[in-house]
This record gives sequence, structure tokens and C-alpha cells, in this order.
Amino acid sequence: MFGRTRRNAAGRGRTTSFAAAALAGVLALAGCGGDGGSDDSSEVEVFSWWTGPGEAEGLTALQALFEKQNPGTTFVNAAIAGGSGTQAKAVLASRLQNRKPPDSFQGHAGAELLDYIKAGQIEPLNDFYDENGLRQVYPKQLIDQITYEGNIYSVPVNIHRSNVLWYNPGILEDAGVDGPPETIDAFIAALRKIDAETDKVPLSLGAQWTADHLLENVLLGSLGTEAYDALWQPGANWGTPAVRAALDDFAEIMKHTTAEAASTDWQGAAKAVVDGRAAFNIMGDWAYGYFVNPAPNGLAKKLGTDFDYAPAPGTDGTYMWLSDSFTLPENAPHRGGALAWLKTVSSKEGQDAFNPKKGSIPARTNADKALYKDYLEYAITEWNKPGIKLAGSFWHGVTANNKWHTDIDTAVGLFLQHKDPAKLQQALVRAAQNSGQ
Amino acid sequence: MRARRVRRWLPGLLLVSPSIVAIGLFVYGLIFWNTRVAVSGKHDEVSPLGFDGGKNFVDLWDQPSWPGAVRNALVFTAVFVLGALLLGAFLAFLMDKGIRGEASFRVVYLFPMAVSFIAAGVVWRWLLNPAPADRAVGLNQLFHDAGLGSLANTWWQHPDWGMAAMALPAIWQMSGYVMALYLAGFRGVPEELREAARVDGASEWKVYRHVVFPQLRPVTLSALIILGHISLKVFDLIMAIAGKQIITYVPAVAAYVEIFDRHDPANGATIATYLLVAVAVLVVPYLVWTIRSERAR
Repeated sequence: MFGRTRRNAAGRGRTTSFAAAALAGVLALAGCGGDGGSDDSSEVEVFSWWTGPGEAEGLTALQALFEKQNPGTTFVNAAIAGGSGTQAKAVLASRLQNRKPPDSFQGHAGAELLDYIKAGQIEPLNDFYDENGLRQVYPKQLIDQITYEGNIYSVPVNIHRSNVLWYNPGILEDAGVDGPPETIDAFIAALRKIDAETDKVPLSLGAQWTADHLLENVLLGSLGTEAYDALWQPGANWGTPAVRAALDDFAEIMKHTTAEAASTDWQGAAKAVVDGRAAFNIMGDWAYGYFVNPAPNGLAKKLGTDFDYAPAPGTDGTYMWLSDSFTLPENAPHRGGALAWLKTVSSKEGQDAFNPKKGSIPARTNADKALYKDYLEYAITEWNKPGIKLAGSFWHGVTANNKWHTDIDTAVGLFLQHKDPAKLQQALVRAAQNSGQ
Repeated sequence: MRARRVRRWLPGLLLVSPSIVAIGLFVYGLIFWNTRVAVSGKHDEVSPLGFDGGKNFVDLWDQPSWPGAVRNALVFTAVFVLGALLLGAFLAFLMDKGIRGEASFRVVYLFPMAVSFIAAGVVWRWLLNPAPADRAVGLNQLFHDAGLGSLANTWWQHPDWGMAAMALPAIWQMSGYVMALYLAGFRGVPEELREAARVDGASEWKVYRHVVFPQLRPVTLSALIILGHISLKVFDLIMAIAGKQIITYVPAVAAYVEIFDRHDPANGATIATYLLVAVAVLVVPYLVWTIRSERAR
């Protein structure tokens, strides 16, 4: 009798303890971290999507500088591969929701960070800016465009330009087009001429998102900087005849693109220009590194003969910018390390170590201009011109939050099928109204 | 007496209890949680969970991308399931008729299944490139070089029937598996039955038509279920070939975009629930049917 009960009880006990152990494991997996930020600077885990050619070398250079400046801090590189961070952002989202943030993570400066800000997942950095005198060294327009309700939440490490027209001088010559077009109308005329005179593709295009990229360039070129920037203010009116005219231009330009666009990404589209298969391509200036870098990471082409560049039609004098930047997550496990990292990232030495490798220019205005050659020399000169106007790239996260961004992408994707600018405008109006920004 | 009974069931229970806990939590627990989010107003990451009475299930149809995603999934399912079934059955029929080197053919046809959708997708992305003749690659180039230029087309970039082309890689991948299923079915039909039919004067076609095929209904049903639920859940193949482009949106891709790009958990969970229901509609009747037929045996 006794023995029976004991064995039974033991059995039950084992089951329960096992279940308890399993449950504990599950809870541990789910993560019960978040015991407040500390000033621990023994380590810094930096999350980014810089694993590709150029960007990975840039990160390594930054890391080397950081380790030299902070010998007591271990640098943990938590980079996740995947173009423009598509995979990395999904991983990051789950880490933030499980309150297991990295010490600092990469994000595009601007409205792309709004979801993190509203969810209380990243800290304002106003004090950091004041302590390090950053308000004086970043352009005022830039500071204004990344300020949200009086707070700044990220530290830009570089600037890319998204309104660049890449062209093949040989094809332009064959078609009798003299030089890169300077207005949208001249651009459309040039596209028509190339279509008529040559058997080349007038404007190469890649997967759906490159059409979004083209759209922001056409909007900026057609509307002008002030009207473009105004589109991203709360309550902006997308239903105006001016927007409609820009969308008509967009529809017209789209008629001169490649049929197989959806099968290739931006690299394939950009490559068509330097290979002499397409006359124009509108892409950000990361294409430059891809063109001139030696194989296997680049195409080893020559500026001036194989390809050339100009501001996207109608956008000369405006720098449509996007910026990779770093943040300070709420409850970062090694807050001290994270602040040291942000300090390196925002410093002149840090930006000059990183940018020539990544193929971008520093966001700071006092960088060492001698380090930047060819296209980058042009870019840094433009960025630092006193009269330059800044416009934020919506596609690369500056002006639109994630919801708005995705809804515009959907509208453009549907437009690629129905090709009706009126419908596109309705969808864009709706996207602006529903953005909640 | 009781001790012996305990000794009989306890070790078994201990053995399976980790899976019971894991399945309970990670399958049924998460199904519950997903449904909970789907009927909430959590359209961004900060709003409280709340309850909105299933409004999302209706509102989802106002999302501009959603009706197209459903339509694409239906076209894909129809072409893929029919194509894989017919091709698989035909291959099995050839095998059953006896061809030289049957074993190696079996391996050749079955092998694509060993390749993941994502790897196959990378190759098919290139094969299905719709560029016109002068810069054609893949199948279009092959057709062009073979003088069959009229066969070249826009493949998955056709706005209406593109998803039918998208089903080609899936058919390529799964028809060998269907063949294996059918072959087992063919081999399961006793030779005596066929012999009896032949003695009764049935032609070879009639033997298949009236004797062999009717016995293959269970095989067809299993194949249908397996293909059907794979096709509803298709995600990696689409992502490998087209990425997140509207033209090839399917519900699984839409769910990913809602959750990770739009940061809208409620819409994502709603789509996931629709998917679960769609797969359940296929699988549950099948389970009921198998349980019944096993009991009848």
C-alpha cells in the first residue's frame, strides 16, 4: 500500500517538475530581460545589415577605430545579411518586442524610426547631441528633418544621395541627345528620342521598389523641393493637379522602361547602363561604388567613358538625402558601451574612416574633403554648398513611416499593372490619409 | 494492481509529455494567440490589444493588395495541383507500363523534391525571365534559339495569368513525389485483377480505366491534400522568384508584409487565420475520412 502510493507520487512529482522545467525554459526563451539600462561599458553589441561589399569594410574600419578609442570595451558585431535590411528589420523587431535589444542598431534616419519611437523602444539623444556639440556640425536642415516633436533619436553616420541620373554617354551621342536632360520634359523628350533612334532600352528599371525610387525622383523633379517636402507634412494634400501632372509624367516615363524589370534588382538595372544596353538609370549613389569597384564586388567601369552622372532631371540644387544612423535602444544592456559607440560614429575621425569605404559622404560638415574622390568629391561639395536644399527620400525612410511607405509601395505595384495615373493618385491620397503619421 | 497499471502508462506519458507541452504551447497556444490578435484592434505595435469583434476579417478586403493576393493564390493552386497531379500520374503510368531503367528515372523525377523551394526559385527566376529576344535569357532564349520564338512570353510578369507560370517551378518540384505516390498505388493493384480483366477481353486502356484507376482514389485524395496545403502556404518560392512585388502577392507574402513592413500585427494575424482556415478546410475532411475508413477496416 505504502510502496504503491510512493511510487505513484514520485511519478506525479517527476511529471510536474518536468513540466515546470519545460515551462521555465520556455519563459527563459521568451525573454524576461529589461532590468533597466546601465552604464556598463564592458561590451557593445552593434546591430546592422552591413555585410555586403563596401559596407562591411566600412563597418570594420569603424570597429577598429572604436576599439582603439575604447580598449576596455568588447565590440560584438551583430550584422545580419540582406539587402536594405529586409531580413535584419524582422529580426530586430522581434528582439525589441522581447525586450532583448542590441546596444545600438542601424536604421535610416527619419520617419522610418517612428514606430520604434512611438513604441518607446529608443531613447531621445538630445543630451548626447548637446554634450558632443553635434548641433553645430550637422547641417541645420538635416537636424530639422530628423527631429520629431522636439527630440532627435538617431546619430547619422553618412549621407547618400538618392536623386542621381546615371547615363551612358555613348548611347546619348548615338541618339543625338546632347548631355543629360535637366528637366522632366527634356528627360521625356530624350527617352522618346532614344526609343526612336536606337534599339537600346531608354530607362532601365528593376524590381518594384526601384519604381518607388523613380517615383520620388519624378515627384521632386516635377514639383520642386518645397512642394515635395510639403507632401510629407501631416494633412498634406496629394489630390492637387500638380501631383497629378507629376504622376502623368511618371506614367509617361514608365512607358520607356524594360519589360523584364520585375526580374532583376537595382544592380541588374544599373549594370545595363554601364554595359551599354540602356541609356539611363535613376538610382542612389550607392550605384557608384558598384560601378567602379574592382571585381568581384564591383564592375570596374570607368567614369566618363562607360558611364556618367548628373542630378536627376529637375532636381539640380537639391540633395535628396538618406542617412544610415545609429540609435540608443531603451534598456540597452550596455548603455555605456552604446554611448561610446555613438560618440565614435558621430566623430569626424569615425565618419572619415567609414565613408570612403562605404562609398558615401559624412553627414558632418567639417569632414576631411581630401578623402573623397571623383563622384564622392562632387557629392561632398554639393552637400556642403551654402545654397543647397535638402529633401528627404521617402523610399529610404526619411519622410514616411513604415505604414505609409508600404502603402505607397502597394499603390505603385498596382500601378505597374493598371498603368492608370488617376487611380495611382487616389491610392496615394488614401495612403497619406491612413498613414497615422 | 494499480501500480502495474501505472507502470504501464507512466513511462509512455513521460516520453511524450515534452511533445505534448511543446505542441500545446507552440501550436495550439500560438493558434489561440494568433486568433486573439486577429480579433483585436492592434494595428500598430503600441495600441492595446482590445477587442473589435472580427472587424479585421471584413476590413482586410478593403486593403488594395489583398483581393489580388487571394486571386493569385487561387490561380496558383488550381494550376499547380492539377498540373502536378496529371504529370505525376502520367509519369507513374509510364513507369508502370515498364520502361528500361525505371529505377534511375524514378530517382531523376523524385530528385527535385530534395531541392528546397528557395534554391529552385533562384534558378527559375532566371529561367522565367521575360526579356525580349535581343536580350533574352532562360527559357525565352532557348525558345528563340530553337526557332520557337512565338512561344516566348512574359511568364510570371503577366498581370492576369502570371501566377500560372509561377506554378511551373512548383509542378517541376512536386510532380515526382506525386509520381511516387501513384506508382505505389499502381503496384498495390493485384496482378490477378488485371489478369481477370484481360481474360474478360478488356483492352489495356480499359484495364486502366475500369480496374486500376478506380482503386487509386485514396492515393489521389492524399496527393490532392498534400499539394493543396503546400500551395496555399506557398511563400519561399514566391520570395525567391519575385520578392515582395504586388504582381505575385499571395496571402503568406501579404502576412509577412503586414507584420514586418507595415508593422500591423492585427492585419497579419487576420491573414494568418484566413490561411489556417483555408488549410483546415482541406485537411480536416481528409482526417475525418481517414479515421472513418480506418475504423471500417
